[in-house]
Formats: sequence, structure tokens, C-alpha cells
Amino acid sequence: MRKLACAALLLGVAVYAWPAAANDGLTKIIKDPKQWGIQTGDYANTRYSKLDQINAGNVGKMQVAWSFSTGVLRGHEGGPLVIGDVMYVHTPFPNIVYALDLNDDGKIIWKYEPKQDPNVIPVMCCDTVNRGLAFSDGMIYLHQADTTLVALDAKTGEKKWSVVNGDPKKGETNTATVMPVKDKVIVGISGGEFGVRCHVTAYDSKTGKQVWRGFSMGPDNEMLVDPQKTTALGKPIGPDSSLKSWEGDQWKIGGGCTWGWYSYDPETNLVYYGSGNPSTWNPKQRPGDNKWSMTIWARDADTGMAKWVYQMTPHDEWDYDGVNEMILTDQQFNGAPRKLLTHFDRNGFGYTLDRVTGELLVAEKYDPSVNWATKVDMDKASPTFGRPLVVAQYSTEQNGEDVNSKGICPAALGTKDQQPAAFSPKTNLFYVPTNHVCMDYEPFRVSYTAGQPYVGATLSMFPAPNSHGGMGNFIAWDNTKGKIVWSLKEPFSVWSGALATAGDVVFYGTLEGYLKAVDSKTGKELYKFKTPSGIIGNVTTYEHGGKQYIAVLSGVGGWAGIGLAAGLTDPNAGLGAVGGYAALSSYTNLGGQLTVFALPN
Amino acid sequence: MTNYAFGRSNPSPAQARPVGFKPSALLATGLLVMSLALACLVLPSAGAVAQEQPAVANTVGTAPDGSKTHGGQEATKDDMGKYTMSDGTPTYRIAPDGTMDWFAYSGYRRYHAECHVCHGPDGMGSSYAPALANSLKTLSYEQFTEVVVNGKKTVGVGTADQVMPAFGENLNVMCYLDDLYVYLKARADGALDRTRPSKREDKTKAYGDNENQCFGRK
Ligand code: HEC
Repeated sequence: MRKLACAALLLGVAVYAWPAAANDGLTKIIKDPKQWGIQTGDYANTRYSKLDQINAGNVGKMQVAWSFSTGVLRGHEGGPLVIGDVMYVHTPFPNIVYALDLNDDGKIIWKYEPKQDPNVIPVMCCDTVNRGLAFSDGMIYLHQADTTLVALDAKTGEKKWSVVNGDPKKGETNTATVMPVKDKVIVGISGGEFGVRCHVTAYDSKTGKQVWRGFSMGPDNEMLVDPQKTTALGKPIGPDSSLKSWEGDQWKIGGGCTWGWYSYDPETNLVYYGSGNPSTWNPKQRPGDNKWSMTIWARDADTGMAKWVYQMTPHDEWDYDGVNEMILTDQQFNGAPRKLLTHFDRNGFGYTLDRVTGELLVAEKYDPSVNWATKVDMDKASPTFGRPLVVAQYSTEQNGEDVNSKGICPAALGTKDQQPAAFSPKTNLFYVPTNHVCMDYEPFRVSYTAGQPYVGATLSMFPAPNSHGGMGNFIAWDNTKGKIVWSLKEPFSVWSGALATAGDVVFYGTLEGYLKAVDSKTGKELYKFKTPSGIIGNVTTYEHGGKQYIAVLSGVGGWAGIGLAAGLTDPNAGLGAVGGYAALSSYTNLGGQLTVFALPN
Repeated sequence: MTNYAFGRSNPSPAQARPVGFKPSALLATGLLVMSLALACLVLPSAGAVAQEQPAVANTVGTAPDGSKTHGGQEATKDDMGKYTMSDGTPTYRIAPDGTMDWFAYSGYRRYHAECHVCHGPDGMGSSYAPALANSLKTLSYEQFTEVVVNGKKTVGVGTADQVMPAFGENLNVMCYLDDLYVYLKARADGALDRTRPSKREDKTKAYGDNENQCFGRK
């Protein structure tokens, strides 16, 4: 303890009062708009900041204050944390952590670089991204690519404990951040393209000891569901709800991965998240609803027991993972105050639910090109209540194996992937980064080998036809009406998490590398600056020394670095019709940089 | 013990082969690699012979029967629908009316299931793996199969680490090695552009039988 105090003095760091009480600390930090204590901005995942020094009137004058190279040239998702006077920056594989001194122009206080077997790299579908660090009670949590969860002393970088959550030899890897809640850390896992049966696990934040684990599919006791008390659309799910929805043992390699974002409501004590696609991508090989893949889960933070579930895409036929964030808001709905949960699913529907009961309130398309389903059945009396009404032409199940189903919108990467939306309580609008991409999808039979990809479909992607030709939009969404309020065309998918502020500004990044600021009411562009590489990171804000800063990671990659790097063509548009926005590679290059902006003095 | 691709520090062709796995495709690969080694030993004289023959252009050409093949060489078709050149290397074949051989078409499908997540659509490359439509301009059939079976690693300091997984145990790749090669060679030669092949020969019964045997299905 003495050593730590000295170190802090030597560095001239204004010593932050490290909280002693469990979880109290993080809650306090989250409430303080000067700090950015959790990847998602707050437990509700609103990505909203009360800071307003930078506002719609002056954001046009913003300048780069300082920048930092991470030294890694891979896709950079997530963003930095700011705790007191220290900024914590992470990198993609090999998952380096830097603690930077904000009192000394970002001087490196400590650096931690784990040793990981590079053989984990190719097990990670679609690049070696990592969506960032977490903090609680003086500890920085790093969830490595190889699924090792490490707790580091936030002051020194010293390793306190570590625990292994999965086995990369079986295709289990990690890209996600973790969520500290009270005395636990909530942890997910990836591997849906490797036939992993995924789960969510809570570890004791002091020791790393496992407290509970709930699988996405399998027997009731392994999923942590109560057949009588756990509900779906208001009714008890009944015994063996998952096992009955799979053929044979397919559930054992069933996917349902949990690599998205987590939110938490202290009042209900529920943790909210979504489960991913069922394995394989060939729907013919897994008859049934494949519960509870593609599902919104509400679990008790202390026990893991599920209170309610809602499956958005039963028997997935398109890889529409349900992992995107759940944004928790208290708003008026039909004239009454409601505790809402809003979710922009990969399947192209924006859902609004009552987060206490799981009641479905709104489900509407948040991109007009979405065509695989006409709508979600909202008639409570209907036998298909809550289910999407699938269009036969776009059903890869009905068209069958070895048949190419053409022109399905959205593509497998969804109308939105993990890139998180923001919510402003000032406008009551959600700001959503989206993909505007469609696909042809042809499923075929595959065999399973542990640790090897287990995909089972060929797909080709192209910009949404008969639209603006670009592959993305940035939209403002009214979650109570299920309507787009305004929409900005983007040449490429918007793969960066948004930030909304009390200054009436919304920030997001683009794949060409622009950081953009737009007016939160109208969407009018107020500022843009081209950073060295494409942005797939999430925008963060904090205040230091009386000044508000905006920070974002650049470093193109991830799913976005695949097709988009080479450019996507519309196969139906004929030869050579690559369009104006062909290859991302002619706009930007690999990189790994943090850029921090502020108003001039 | 199962021999996982992950965590093996020093892969060799022998190790990479799955235990108890006997489909003809993979055995043939092993044999090919061995015969290549023998060929290397007698390289000087083989080179001398090759000089007397007209050099084959490393691009698409028109074969005597009017079809498009690698270098315009004559290709013979077997009962599975596979075309091979006189040296035994598989090739694509696009008939004068544009009909493409089954292997190239099948390779397109398998590529866009197993490889495109890293190597990009149509072999165009991504931010973290090379464009195979370029690589196959110089890689031989043997080099191609060697990399796909055993993987490849370029891991350094300060660079973006590159790791190609070993697919030696993955039937979804091993049973289609020739298909993948033929498709990518057609892309590298410029015989196929970035569109999905439409007109194609049908899958033959012999192909289906071989496929089932490779997967150990009845
Ligand atoms: C997880 C990502 C990943 C997947 C999936 C993948 N590759 Fe690769 N591949 C790579 C990387 C990275 C390299 C470069 C390795 C190096 O240079 O050391 C590579 C290299 C290669 C090379 C050598 C290229 C050259 O120029 O030397 C071939 C051939 C190849 N891959 C074929 C394939 C085929 C065929 C498939 C699908 C069956 C496939 N790869 C799937 C990542 C991948």
C-alpha cells in the first residue's frame, strides 16, 4: 500500500480517492460526467454525457488536443476509460493495456502486455478486435482474446488474479468487454461459428471465483431458468423449453453466443443481454426454434436466474445474432411512465419492451430495406404473437440446402452489428449507426470438428439495391413510435459507437476515418475531422482540468475490414458496376491511434 | 488424443492429418507432396526437358477445343467432373458458351463459407489476410495445399500478426481442396470476375459419392 502511494506522488498524479465499498465506487464514477467509468457510458447503455462545454454552437471549432499510437495495426473497437486523472487504453490482440497520465500529456504510467498463444488469432472469426476494459474497486479488468479474464491493480498494472473462461482449442474466444456489477464481474463468450454452446458467467470481483453460469441452451438447470417463474411474452416457459426446440443433440453445439454488450438496472437487479445465432448457419441441420438463441435475456445479477426471455428470430436462417446492446430508459409510453428496454437487432427490427416484465411494446424496421419478414406479429391473440412473419422468397430454410436465396436484406452483419447506439433524454431519441447491406445466402451441409469453423453457408453481400448506393446510414429513432426521425446517408457501414451529449451534439466515426459531430435535433453536420485510419471504435467524452474532451480510437478492421476493405459489388448490377464507393482501401489504411479533441483555448 | 490445430507449436504435414481419416483427397495430397520432393531431387534434368517445351502462359488461355483453361492447355475431364492438365494439376474449364466446370463453382461456394471471413469476398483480401486472387498467381498447387493443410504464421513485433489456420482436420475444407484451388486459380488467371458463377456443369454422381465417402457418410 505504501509503495503505491509513493508511486502516485512521484508521478505527480493528483491522487484519486479510491473507494473502499464494493461497487459503490463504479456507480459513483458513472454518475460523475467528468469520468468515463464503463464502456457503455452507464449501466443503462445510453452513451449519454451531461457535459455541455462542447455544444452545437461551438463544436465546429473543435481541434485535436493530443493523440496516442497503440502500436497495433488491427481493428480497434471499444474505447478508453477515464478514471480520475488516468486514462486506460486497450488494443486488439495481443491486448495491451496502457495507463496514461492525463496530467502529463498522456505519459505512460504503466503498460501490461499479456502472453497469449497466437494460435488464438485464426479462431477469432473476423479479426482480433477487443471492445475494451472495465473498472471497479481499484481494479482494471481485461478480458483477453484467449478468454483469460485478468484483474489488474489500476494504479500499478500489477496482476491481482486471473481466471480462464473458455478453451480456444474448442473455438471459444473473446472480443467483448465485461460488466462489473456489485461484487461480481459478468462475462460472455464467442464461438458461434465454431459450434460452441455459449454462456454467461459471473465471477467474484475480489477473487475471480466462479459464482454462476447460465447457458443459452440445454437443460433448464444449466440455463438457470425456472420453468414456472421464467416467462416469455408473459407466459411461463415450461419445462425443457430449450431441449424441445432442437433435434437430437444439436443443442450441444448450438451457439447462442454472448459477445455483445451488457446492461444492468439496479432497481430490478436484472442484467440484460442478447444471445447470438444458433450453429450452424445451415438451418436445415437444426430443425426447431433453437431456443434460446437469438434471445433477449433478463437475469438476476446475484443468482443468474432468468426472469424473462424473448426470442426475436426463432430458427435463424440468416445469421442475425441477437447480441446488440439493450438500452434502458424511463420514458412516457402511451401517456404512462414505463421502464423500457430498446434494442436494435441485427435482423433489422428495433424492439421496445417493458424491461420489468418482458412485455413486447414495439417492433418496427429501422431500415426501410429490411425484407426477410413483413413485420413482427403484435396481435396478442395470434398463435404467432411476437414472431417475425417470414417472407417465403427470402427463407433459406424454405428454399432449402444448395439453393441460393437472393436479395435478402439485411445481410448477415445485420442492419446494425455490435456498434452501440446512444440515447439523449433531452430529445428522447436514439442515435443508431447502421449497415445498409443486403446478401445472397446459400446454405449447405457441413460436418462438425471441435475447434474448426462450423459455418455451412455461402454468402455474398452488396449495398442495398435501389437506394442511395452507400452501405450505411446514421439514423435518429423514436422508440415509442417505432419511427425513423432523420437519416444520414453514409458511403460505408457506420461501425462506430455513437455518443450523445447535453451539448445537443451527437458524435460518431466512419470507416473512412472521419469523426463527425451532428446536431441532435436535426442531424445537421457540424464538424468532421479525418483521423489516420477507419473508425470502428466508440466515441467517449470526459472532462479534465476544466476542459471537455472527445476521444476515439481509429484502426480499421473487424467484420468491416473484410468485404468493405475490398469493396462490395452488386452482382445484380452487372459487370463493372462497382459504384462510387468501391474499395475502402482507397480511403484509408490500417492503423491504431487514439485521437483526443477539445475546443481551442 | 485428438490432434487439435490450436496450440501446436511446430506443425508438420504428418501431424496435421487427422487421426483415422482416410478419404482419397487427403491421401492424394500427401502423395503429391512426397512426389514433389522426389521431383525436386531430379530438378536439373527436369528443367532441361521443360525448356524444350513451349512455355505455358500463367494466365487464362483458349484451349484447342475453344474452352478457357489455365494457359489454354488441353484439359481432360474425369468422372467426377474434374479437369486436369497433362502434368496432373487440376484446372478450371469454361466452355465456349460460358458454362463453368463444377469444381470451380463448388470452390466458389466453399470459399465464401470457409475463407472469405479472412481473405475477403472473391479472394480480394481484407485488412488482415492476403488477397488469394493475387497469391494464386505465383503459388503452385502443391504450395497451396501445403498452406491450407498446415497453416502459416507470420508473427512479429509491432506488426499486425498474421496467422492462417491449419485446416488439415477440417473435412469442410479438406474434402474440397481441389475445388478451392480451381476456383481461386480461375480468379488469379482472370478467367472469372467478381460475380457469382451462373452457368455451370451439374454435380456428377461420382462427385457426390466421393463427397459422402470423404465425410464418412453413407
Ligand atoms: C482466420 C483467418 C483465415 C481463414 C479463415 C483462412 N485464412 Fe488463409 N491465410 C490467413 C492469413 C492471416 C494468411 C497469411 C499468413 C502468413 O502470411 O503467414 C493466410 C494465407 C493463406 C495462403 C497463402 C497465401 C500466400 O500468399 O502465401 C493461402 C493459400 C490461404 N491462406 C488459403 C486459405 C483458404 C483456401 C482458406 C479457406 C479454406 C483460408 N485460407 C482461410 C488467414 C486465414
